[in-house]
Amino acid sequence: MDNPEGMSATLLTNARLIDPVSGTETLGDLRIEGGRITDPGPAGTVIDCRGKCLAPGIVDVGVKVGEPGERHKEGFRSAGAAAARGGITTMVCRPDTIPVIDSPEMLEHARSRAARASVRVHHMAALTRGRGGAEMVEIGFLRDAGAVAFTDGTHVVRDTRVLSRCLTYARSMGALVIGHPQDPGLSAGACITSGKFASLRGLPGVSPLAERLGVERDLALAEATGAAYHLDQVTCAAALPAVRRAKAAGVDVTAGTSIHHLTLNVLDVADYRTFFKVTPPLREEEDRLALADALADGTIDIMGSWHTPQDEESKRLPFEQAASGAVGLETLLPAAMRLVNAGHIDLAGLWRALSLNPARRLGLEGGTLEVGAPADLVLFDPHAPFVLDRWTLASKSKNTPFDGARMEGRVLTTWVGGRIVHDREAARA
Amino acid sequence: MFTQRHLLGIEPLHPLEITALLDRADHYAEATRAGHKHGDALTGLTQINMFFENSTRTQASFEIAGKRLGADVMNMAMQASSVKKGETLIDTALTLNAMRPDLLVVRHPHSGAVNLLAEKVNCAVLNAGDGRHEHPTQALLDALTIRRAKGRLHRLTIAICGDIAHSRVARSNLILLGKMENRVRLVGPPTLMPAGIEHFGVEVTDDMEAGLKGADVVMMLRLQKERMDGGFIPSEREYYHRFGLDAAKLAHAKPDAIVMHPGPMNRGVEIDGTLADDINRSVIQEQVEMGVAVRMAAMDLLAQNLRAA
Repeated sequence: MDNPEGMSATLLTNARLIDPVSGTETLGDLRIEGGRITDPGPAGTVIDCRGKCLAPGIVDVGVKVGEPGERHKEGFRSAGAAAARGGITTMVCRPDTIPVIDSPEMLEHARSRAARASVRVHHMAALTRGRGGAEMVEIGFLRDAGAVAFTDGTHVVRDTRVLSRCLTYARSMGALVIGHPQDPGLSAGACITSGKFASLRGLPGVSPLAERLGVERDLALAEATGAAYHLDQVTCAAALPAVRRAKAAGVDVTAGTSIHHLTLNVLDVADYRTFFKVTPPLREEEDRLALADALADGTIDIMGSWHTPQDEESKRLPFEQAASGAVGLETLLPAAMRLVNAGHIDLAGLWRALSLNPARRLGLEGGTLEVGAPADLVLFDPHAPFVLDRWTLASKSKNTPFDGARMEGRVLTTWVGGRIVHDREAARA
Repeated sequence: MFTQRHLLGIEPLHPLEITALLDRADHYAEATRAGHKHGDALTGLTQINMFFENSTRTQASFEIAGKRLGADVMNMAMQASSVKKGETLIDTALTLNAMRPDLLVVRHPHSGAVNLLAEKVNCAVLNAGDGRHEHPTQALLDALTIRRAKGRLHRLTIAICGDIAHSRVARSNLILLGKMENRVRLVGPPTLMPAGIEHFGVEVTDDMEAGLKGADVVMMLRLQKERMDGGFIPSEREYYHRFGLDAAKLAHAKPDAIVMHPGPMNRGVEIDGTLADDINRSVIQEQVEMGVAVRMAAMDLLAQNLRAA
């Protein structure tokens, strides 16, 4: 790979380097060669970043791609294109496909399809067979086959004994378990957060208490078993004290949340707008503000798009019957800029939650600008304004809650392993 | 003074629109009583009643109202239709829309379904009840009944009792009565109260005596049989004991307080049968009569806006 003149290297000059490890933003250069970030040196290609922001590519945990089973909603090729345009260089995909990824063979199939994506793809596997909450999957075989974490997604493992055994077994394998904290009894049948707005609209609601109970149960089990445990989406102020307590007590726990819960609230549902129906449901504004604080102080480790493609038909239904979820690969970065522009967090802090923490927690390379790290990078203009038009999205499904929204933050160029996978100038030419 | 294109709920209405609608309904009530049952306000217009949920009285009331004003009325029993064959609500709406109706009366088991449908059609849509959301003509007929019995529709104390959580009637009523500046009390077991209800500008209590004290109007709600499985209340008889309206509980209200019920009643569950039939206290039959008048008025005013558009 190395050549004495460095002719195959690329030097990115005049960039605002966003470094989540040191927590700094500095003006400087970055050299990439052989697909990795290197020490300064000569380069055959020089790209002037014109003072725009250069950050590690986003590692998005919890992406739903409709393969296998729902390729009409999203395939790896379309998801990869959307990710590249959104500055996401690694998608960590959910196992809640049809059928469920709960065996090494299914995982092998998904991996072969994932080669069509232009960004890196990792897979999570189910924790129990068919996400049924009864029998654990072959955690060892699945890990060997490349599963980076184990989760039943929004299907909560109701039987505490089953979950306890899964956690105990996963610990012995060093496998990460990801849970959806929610009391399934309280949340049954609900499609919105309970409260004044839900009552006004006559929609069946779930109290934030359901999430708190889920967090308390799961963290008690994580503490007892010693397993590595990640809460997929913490979205309520009421659930945060338990997370802080467990972290202070040294439990091997991390917490995630979604960009939608950090930028929207329950009132956005307005007149039954189904593009704002997500799981868990959007919360009150006080919850959103508490989450933003928790993101800034590190209680929340990971933020993701929770990209969930749904076709038009499944959303054009009465709110209760409509499918849940929103696409988010392309809007994650500009939506996250709202948190920066509102003063909740700085760019380096934001990138801890977008790249560094998810990469570390899932044991993936990258997420940093350190020498030797993969050259997975995003160059973006944090202040470029635009109005989102959902029909311009690369995803096959266009179910974004940000349609028509004024946003700031444009991805200019995305590199995966030193290779350009998205270039805005080239795309427009 | 009535500027709405649809009647989807009480929430979008201005108090002056409510008054205009009630004035018009009063006119129709009196005309009907005087024997003038036929008008021509809807002549040449097509009214389709789409009921995705069973209904006898509301559907009959809308049908009579339309016919009295000269509309061509068609009833569609949606449970037996193409919905069963997998057609979506929106496709059903578009199909009907192509038949160029002028008034679409819709009842649906899901909250917000009527709003969704209204976005897709060109005609005026009347909500005949959607999920637990709203039932505007019921609230309007209740308001008209109260106004006729009490001589006014403001500064009254009104107790709404029973299953508030699952009731679209309660929601529309408390919004309407609040807009007209009345004092509204909600009375019922806490398991049947919706979350956050205390933020609606109402008083909430689980004590019938306190709730009825000094009330001008006592509005009872139907306890739905499917709620009696022990999930929300322990039993029918315990419910009747604590929350069923009888003469002893009614004695806490004002001596001239009226008793209302949207029907159908469960005698001996939420209301004592004798009390329901007491013509000195109960206005339940008048409510049904005013239902036709209010629906005539609503369709008349919407048709005027439709023709002006």
